[in-house]
This record gives sequence, structure tokens and C-alpha cells, in this order.
Amino acid sequence: MLTTNDVLKVAELGRLKVTDAEVQKFAEQLGGVLDYVRVLDEVDVSHVAPMAHAADVANVFREDVPVTSLPRAAALANAPKTDGQFFLVPQILEHA
Amino acid sequence: MSILAATTSELLGQLSNRSLSAVELTQACLAAIEKHEPQVGALLTINRDNALAQAAGIDRRRQAGEPVGALAGLPIVLKDNICTQGLKTTCASRMLENFVPPYDAHVTSRLQQADAVLIGKANLDEFAMGSSTENSALGKTTNPWNVAHAAGGSSGGSAAAVASGFAPLSLGSDTGGSIRQPASFCGVVGLKPTYGRVSRFGLVAYASSLDQIGPFANDVTGAALLLDAISGHDGRDSTSVHAPATQTAATVEQPLAGLRVGVVREHFAEGLDAEVEAAVKRAVDVYRSLGATIVEISLPHSKYAIAVYYLIACSEASSNLARYDGVHYGHRAAEFTNMVDMYKASRSEGFGDEVKRRIMLGAYALSAGYYDAYYLKALKVRRLIRNDFDAAFQQVDVIASPVNPTPAFKLGEMTADPLKMYLADIYTISANLAGIPGISIPAGMNSARLPIGLQLLAAPFEEDKLLRAARMFEREHGPAPRPFVDGSSSR
Repeated sequence: MLTTNDVLKVAELGRLKVTDAEVQKFAEQLGGVLDYVRVLDEVDVSHVAPMAHAADVANVFREDVPVTSLPRAAALANAPKTDGQFFLVPQILEHA
Repeated sequence: MSILAATTSELLGQLSNRSLSAVELTQACLAAIEKHEPQVGALLTINRDNALAQAAGIDRRRQAGEPVGALAGLPIVLKDNICTQGLKTTCASRMLENFVPPYDAHVTSRLQQADAVLIGKANLDEFAMGSSTENSALGKTTNPWNVAHAAGGSSGGSAAAVASGFAPLSLGSDTGGSIRQPASFCGVVGLKPTYGRVSRFGLVAYASSLDQIGPFANDVTGAALLLDAISGHDGRDSTSVHAPATQTAATVEQPLAGLRVGVVREHFAEGLDAEVEAAVKRAVDVYRSLGATIVEISLPHSKYAIAVYYLIACSEASSNLARYDGVHYGHRAAEFTNMVDMYKASRSEGFGDEVKRRIMLGAYALSAGYYDAYYLKALKVRRLIRNDFDAAFQQVDVIASPVNPTPAFKLGEMTADPLKMYLADIYTISANLAGIPGISIPAGMNSARLPIGLQLLAAPFEEDKLLRAARMFEREHGPAPRPFVDGSSSR
């Protein structure tokens, strides 16, 4: 079962706000899923390697040469706030 | 309206010998949209003027004797999580409600090269998270066979569009069954390729080790033609396999002599609707009558597949959706106190509940102290699930199974309890974990006139075998009914 604090913690990790009403609802729903996945406790995986994905590839690189990328105007076209050069965001670093 | 009852191959033939023009076909599809879309709600964007212009251009080039692409003149709908340059791509989310991609997905470019006519973008569950399209924040899609029932999900719009005659072809994406299940609910063909077969470049990511784009069509050969047009290596997707495009349409008519069809012991348990079970067993009998050997097999770890899937998919989703922070694109909240608060406010306003649930579940499964017990454990059980299939495909060529425990459920029936919705993924979900290809083909209707699908699964990279086996059944079973096209509709 998930506590209110657990929900607030994962909401924080996921950069989400949850209202008081939502905390309770999510605690129940997420708790239900987490209880369900406990079924995996039955499985002995002592000599099993994890399988992160199905494709038999790893570390797929390309040559380190510059290639044409998105033009600036296209990259900024969906920006919520821009001065035409940069994405504008609130102050990041707080002054001491 | 009869051209909308034609198969993809018949349409290509008529377009090729110019007894039908691309403009005429596009207009017929637009007329079907005008007539039935108010009820079906499959599309978030209708690309009317551009589609007609594109079609006119194709007709001109064909008239002038210039070469045209393999799908020239065929209208197609793309699920709205596939990027189309200059055309809104929303993922059915308030987060991307006004997002216009600055580039085309790989599959979008391939379809343009093939001269398919982009007629619209289809509704989906938000960010492809769901099994009914009820999680869309931007529209409601109903099952073309019955307005009170779901079209399935997450590619509900893509499936409903093809069933309704809005286009002969569409693309969806499948992470846990999101092509195959809506195909079965809407009575059309839907295929999930082998992982890595179709480039994910330009597919908005949900779970990167599971997502695959795949075709919908009204017939098996149509799905084969579309798969051939979009598959093959793409350097921009680092998980794209180094293989050329498939050539499944060239062999799809060849039956498989000595076909071994596996039937999974664990699939026929409680919870499976009696009419679905009967339809699947009748389908297996069809294969037997065609000379196939039926082999009972076991997939012992199938009972763990849903738990494994939701841990892996949600973990990957929590990472993939971290990019939606109101900085570069997407929704930015109007009010916030600082940078982090901007992220929280933007994300909370932009995402629906199911998306939030999956992000939180993923964050939990990956967090310190829980990573080994949840995420890492799930990756290990995933390997056991894959091993089960590898062993099975030593004994059989394809596996036949239900697609969903029931036909299309009623809208609102499954939404109260997220877990209940998740548990219905039992037949489709393992294929994504293992990375193997799967197809859903129409296999009859139930007594309430709702479609039932048959799923076939094959070993990795065996799409040609999969499609040939599917065609064997389709040839015997006959063409599937269509809801609005041939007078066989019901409400």
C-alpha cells in the first residue's frame, strides 16, 4: 500500500503537483498496481541476465562529424517564450 | 461508395490503370469522413486541401508517364503521435495541443516517397497510454460497429478510420497491444512488426524498448504493402536493425506447406469470453483443415507479463516524458513561482491522470531502494518471457491466440479501475516484451455484432511467414464485413 508521503515523493520526482483529493486517489490506484506486481516475487531469477530491449545492438555510434541540424527558427517555432535567439525561462540560479 | 469496399490491391490496380484517379479516391474518403466522422470521432486533424493537392499532383505525374511510388494515390491516416512536418501532432494531450513538428518522422518521409496521400491524423489514448482511446484529452472515438462501445486503444482512431472507410490504410503504434487490440475491436487487420523493424525516429516516445509503428488495413495484403513501404534500417534510430525493407507483399499469397501452429495452454483460462474462445478455436480448425499441424505449447511465464510490462513501460515513460517541462515546446503554465515550479505547473496542467499515474509508477520503480526489486527484477523476468518464445518457436512456426479476453467493451466500462484495464492486455503484451512480430486479423463477429480478432505471433524477423499464415486464414474465412461500406452496419 502506498502512503500519502510515497505519492508526494514520486510526484516530486516526476515534477508533478497533486491536490489533496488526488493524493488519496493516486495512493489507492498506484497501490493497487504495486500490490499486483508483487506476483514477480514468485519468480527465481538468480541466474538470469536482465533484458533491457529486444534488439541485439549496443552502443550504436556514428562518426563524430558535424551534420546539418534543425535551423534555429524551426527549433524555436514551438517555444512558449523566445526572443528569437534563445528559449526564455525563469531565473535558474538564485543569488546568495 | 463501393470503391471503399475494395481491397488495397484492387485500389492500386484501378489507380495504376487509371480507371480511378487519386483525386477521386481521396474525395470518396473525404465524403466518408464527412458522413461518419461526427459519430466515429477517429480524427484529430483532417488534411483536406493538402491531401487533394497531393492527389492531384500524383494524377498529373502518372498522366505524364512519370514514375510514382508503390502506394501512389492511396489515402492514409497517421496516429497523432507520429510527427508530420508542418501538421499539428498532439499525442491527444493538452501538453502538445498546439505542437507543430519541425520535421517528419521516418515513416512519414517513407510514405511521402511512396506517394501515399496524407488525409488525416488519428485520435489515440494520450501519449499512447491506454487501451480504449478514452484517455484522449482532445477527442472521443467510438467503435464504428457500435457507438456505445470503445474502438480500443491506444491506436483507436487509426483502427476506426480504416474500418469506417476514411482511408484504406493507417499507421498506429504498439507498445503493449495498441495496434492489435483496436484492430480486433474494429474488425480490421493490424500488425506490430519485430522490434527494430520500423524506425521510431519521429514517433513520440512512450516506452523506447517496446514501441513499434505498424500498419492497419482492411485486408492482409494491404498491411503487407504498407509494412514494406515503411520498414528498413534508419540511422536516426539507434535501435533500428540493419536490415533492408521487408518484401512481404511479394510472397503473401504463398501458403505455408507443413505449417505448425502453436496453441498456448495458458491462454484458455477463466476470464476468456466464450464467443472469443469459440472463434479462436474455429480459426485453429481452419488451419487444421488447410493441412497445418496444431501443437499445444506452454509459455510458462505468461502470467507475469502484465506485471513486467507495467514496471518496464512506466519506468521508461517516466524518463521519456521528462522532456515535457514547458521550456522548448508544449504547454507552459501561465503562473509559477520559479523554474521547478514552472515544470510542475506545466506538467500538471498538460498531462491527464493516466499519464501522471504512469510517470509516478515509473519513478517509484526506479527510485533508490526499489530499483532492484521492481525495475531490475522486471528486466530479468522479461528475459524468461523471451526465452519461452524462443523455445516455442523451435516447435511451431506461428502461435494462434485470442487478441483480447472480450470483444470491444462499452465506453466507460473499464475506466474506473486502471488495473482492470491493464489486465486485459494479457494476450498482446508479451510480444512487445519479447520483441516479436504479431498480427490481429478479423475472425468473425459475436452475437452482439462486435468483431472478434485472431492473433498470430511469429519469431523475430519472420513477418513474411506471419503474413502468409494470416493470408491462409483470410482466404478461407473470406473478406471481413465493414460497418458502413457494404450495408452490413449495425448500431
